[in-house]
Amino acid sequence: MADRQLMTGNEAMAEGAIRAGCRAYFGYPITPQNEILEYMAVHLPKVGGAFLQAESEVAAINMCYGAAAAGVRTMTSSSSPGVSLKMEGISYLAGADLPCVILNVARGGPGLGNIAPAQGDYFQATKGGGHGDYRLIVLAPSTAQEAAELAGLAFDLSDQYRVPALILADGMLGQMMEPVALPAQRDPASLPPKPWALTGAKGREPNYIASFALDPTVLRDLNLRRQARYREIEAREVRWEETATEDAEVLLVAYGTMGRIAKTVVRRGRDEGVKVGLLRPITLWPFPYAPLRALAERVRAVLTVELSAGQMWEDVRLAVEGRCPTPFYGEMGGVVPTPSEILREVKRHA
Amino acid sequence: MPEAGTVTKVFARPRSLTDKHFTYCPGCDHGLLTRIIAGAIDKLGVQERTVIIAPVGCAVFAYEWFRCDGIQAAHGRAVAVATGLKRANPHLIVISYQGDGDLAAIGTAETVHAANRGEAVTVIFVNNQIYGMTGGQMAPTTLAGQRATSCPEGRDVRTMGYPLPVAEMIATLAAPAYVTRQSLHDPRHVAQATKAVEKALRYQVEGVGYSLVEVLATCPTGWKMPPAVAHQHVADVATGTFPLGDLVDRG
Repeated sequence: MADRQLMTGNEAMAEGAIRAGCRAYFGYPITPQNEILEYMAVHLPKVGGAFLQAESEVAAINMCYGAAAAGVRTMTSSSSPGVSLKMEGISYLAGADLPCVILNVARGGPGLGNIAPAQGDYFQATKGGGHGDYRLIVLAPSTAQEAAELAGLAFDLSDQYRVPALILADGMLGQMMEPVALPAQRDPASLPPKPWALTGAKGREPNYIASFALDPTVLRDLNLRRQARYREIEAREVRWEETATEDAEVLLVAYGTMGRIAKTVVRRGRDEGVKVGLLRPITLWPFPYAPLRALAERVRAVLTVELSAGQMWEDVRLAVEGRCPTPFYGEMGGVVPTPSEILREVKRHA
Repeated sequence: MPEAGTVTKVFARPRSLTDKHFTYCPGCDHGLLTRIIAGAIDKLGVQERTVIIAPVGCAVFAYEWFRCDGIQAAHGRAVAVATGLKRANPHLIVISYQGDGDLAAIGTAETVHAANRGEAVTVIFVNNQIYGMTGGQMAPTTLAGQRATSCPEGRDVRTMGYPLPVAEMIATLAAPAYVTRQSLHDPRHVAQATKAVEKALRYQVEGVGYSLVEVLATCPTGWKMPPAVAHQHVADVATGTFPLGDLVDRG
């Protein structure tokens, strides 16, 4: 396959995953992410990987749990209602310290909702979703190019920290076609070894993988060690992009598809002489609290724009901590605001 | 004949068992079945390739009893985990050890579809007709009229359904290589069950395919019966609902 392709965000994530060494994929059909399942069905067997359409999202995430335990880079993908079904399995992955990549091409909700782009799954992705004290590494691409790259990064971070990683995309990013310069192919044999994996107890003591410890002090200590890894991730892995923030008076904060639209708002605003800038979180967890707090010291307002009722907004307000006003502008149900609507909102706070 | 003064070992703990003490109640058949599986692993010489999957339930610690790699699965999902392990690394010998609540209630979908795909794994299904770990509630396999803490007047099949015939259901599918129902209520049946477990595991080693070994087991605590009475109950009553024998053998 050529290294430069015209592809959808869904295909870019799938191909990015294969190139990062993903060799086991388990999924279930749900719109708007079916192209990932279909892409994997065609392309994963060509590199000797295991593809299986599972009987449910519940089964798929537990198949990932098995493949991850075997030491293989593994992925599942779904969309909002299907990701809800995976939450128990995600909690088990987190509790067993297993690496895994989960793609959520989010749609309108709650419930069956619709198949239009939405960002109503931010809380679920970044604040838990499943049971217990755990975190996921959450990455939010805003272009097909970035989707391909973050698929690879998700595998690397997940392996390095033994924390499951979730890519939070949406129906617009998943379906939109763009040219993508694909990352290099990596040979799974060249990846760092996983001495904890279940490969058969040959010449070593048995390896056990479980999220289970009846003794409260043992379980507490397992949790403390995991929390220490989370602090390490917060210290090292925060990623974000700034656009025209140097002299900004109104700072937009938006991620994913909204982050991309917000860039257009910044360009049009600047053309009209409005001093507007953008901070686009790339990691939703760990959230870029520190850079946002620094910018909040010198702007008039921080305007959060989301395809939700204001979920990331809570993290923005935690970052700003009253340093300036923190208005919100959002749409729900799959309605996507236009740059003009957002610019009108920016001007109200300029 | 050994010479006078020498000792010949005729029976030993299987190499594939660790020294950990079982957490099962006295008289429960789980321990015996665990030993049978470890013996089969030894006999086939696959200890260094085997992964044991422990369910949620009384066997939740099963992964610690085998000197093999082991993993603990979410309730009902053991055979989905088995599928992931086997598909990711077909060299592994994967044993999914599950109870009746796990395999036949919350995990019914995973059970049916793994069997229907003919996943090349071995499923050991402990049918003791009750939820043991949680204190004796009604299981999908609880017999008609049998009392449990969540059906104190006995299972009324008109409102609670009938005991689920898992082996018979799986036997209707085209893919499984071996489907059998065994019991552990007397030495003859223990010997037969041992042969069945060995065959199921051998079929995986030889690449024949998916096996389900359903084993009628006792829960003296949950049934409120002394162990000997519990075994007699299996022979006299449980086998009436759950007949013993091979249902499929495509080996």
